[in-house]
Amino acid sequence: MRVRFTRKMLGIPYAVFLLCFVIIPMLIIVFYAFTDREMHFSFSNFAKFFSDPTKLSTIVYSLVIALITTAVCLAIAYPVAYILARSRMKRTYVLLLLFIMPMWINFVLRINAIRELLNWIGLLGEANYFNTIVGMVYDFLPFMILPLYTTLLKIDSSLYEASADLGGSSFTTFTRITVPLSMPGVVSGITMVFLPSMTNYVVSDMLGNSKVTVIGKFIETYFGTDWHMGSMIALVLLVVVFVSAALTGGFSPEDNVRGTNL
Amino acid sequence: MIKKCLKSFYIGLVLILLYAPILLLAVYSFNEVNTIGTWGSFSLVHYQKLFGDPVILEMIGNTVVLAIVAATLSTLLGTAGAIGIYYSRKTVKTLLGGASQIPVVNAEIVTALALAIAFVTVGLDKSYFTLVVGHMVICTPFVYLSVVPKLKQMDGSLYEAALDLGASPSKALFKVVLPQLIPGIISGFMLAVTLSLDDYIVTSYCKPSGFNTISTYVYNATLKGNAHTAETLSSFWALTTIIFVLIVAVVLVMNLTKKPDGRKRNET
Repeated sequence: MRVRFTRKMLGIPYAVFLLCFVIIPMLIIVFYAFTDREMHFSFSNFAKFFSDPTKLSTIVYSLVIALITTAVCLAIAYPVAYILARSRMKRTYVLLLLFIMPMWINFVLRINAIRELLNWIGLLGEANYFNTIVGMVYDFLPFMILPLYTTLLKIDSSLYEASADLGGSSFTTFTRITVPLSMPGVVSGITMVFLPSMTNYVVSDMLGNSKVTVIGKFIETYFGTDWHMGSMIALVLLVVVFVSAALTGGFSPEDNVRGTNL
Repeated sequence: MIKKCLKSFYIGLVLILLYAPILLLAVYSFNEVNTIGTWGSFSLVHYQKLFGDPVILEMIGNTVVLAIVAATLSTLLGTAGAIGIYYSRKTVKTLLGGASQIPVVNAEIVTALALAIAFVTVGLDKSYFTLVVGHMVICTPFVYLSVVPKLKQMDGSLYEAALDLGASPSKALFKVVLPQLIPGIISGFMLAVTLSLDDYIVTSYCKPSGFNTISTYVYNATLKGNAHTAETLSSFWALTTIIFVLIVAVVLVMNLTKKPDGRKRNET
């Protein structure tokens, strides 16, 4: 029997690929998370993890680092995005490109550059948490700028004029028009900065002088010793990610810094 | 007027902070010293070290080849996938569209751990194959997500028209549908290249031992101090500078060869 070619069939390799290398690995993680070393079903990984005070304190530290990083990124990025989006300059995109260009240097080389700078001013090994946060802000800032810029750009400028015509001060216009309408960008920026700052252990390893542990580092450590525990933490992160993705309505590639066309 | 100055000042300040580490390395890459802070005379010694070290050259080559291989395969797979899924039933669309989001929103370490454990479970040793698969897992969904909007923008009747005029389904696909997806395919490919070049975590979990990319090599060199560390680290100054200059060159060429209307780029 000859199989007739249809367009649908083009999707088969991709579907198989997703099944084999995305969905099944995730199911394996779920399996390990809920089993003990004898492969019996168990919740002990959860109990063990959340009853260990040193681990809990690391989690709290990691969350605080991520919160500060996100807040600082937002505080720096919002004015940048606002100024760029409302600029009447013809070549604003050149400025935007300037903010994005450092992103195309290899991530580890970029952190290495920060490391050299911190070493030069004498902070490396002295202020580990500070250095980690500086590195994360430096690295994730463009991830905050871009979604903010795209949403701010979409705001109809006649709204600003209407607000001014109706007697709104520029402060009122900002708080009543700009801020509410830019919320989608804010949310998307926050999710894109918060998650990596909780999980990306490269920055804390290279700048934190092995004194700073982020949640992602736990997984890395457990990969060598206890897969069940590592999978459990991964599963918790997975759930966190999916809840936030569901709340923010998924992801669009235009929000990714690297997705910006040259 | 004051307001405008303040705005320019703020933008300038953030840009200076953003470029300070890179410029610092760029300046010192032309200096003979091995530690930043001391000052020697002008020298190309770091560049000589960089181009004279076969290990470093090999890892640079590895990074580039891997990025091209992974991005090409991802682009083929993701584009075909996007077309196929676009014409499938709604349930298939929702399911596979959702599954495509997983590697995109997931923390990289979770993707990496899941893949590494899955490879061990099926008895697959880490090899170049597992590494390419790892990179494809991160890259392909981005290609898929870049192509799907182009399919949605496309006029569906064009394909039907091609069939009515006697084209075979595959010919209609290649001559009518595919050309309209080119912008999405190109941006998906570029995205895949940059994601692959940049990756550390998935690479470190999927790579065969002894194989290094720029990311894994630099990470290990900064964390494991040895007699050659200072030498190696200073050759990274040169590497960073070269990469930065290449990026600036590419951006300039892209912009100069493009029509002056730059507004559109932000709407893609």
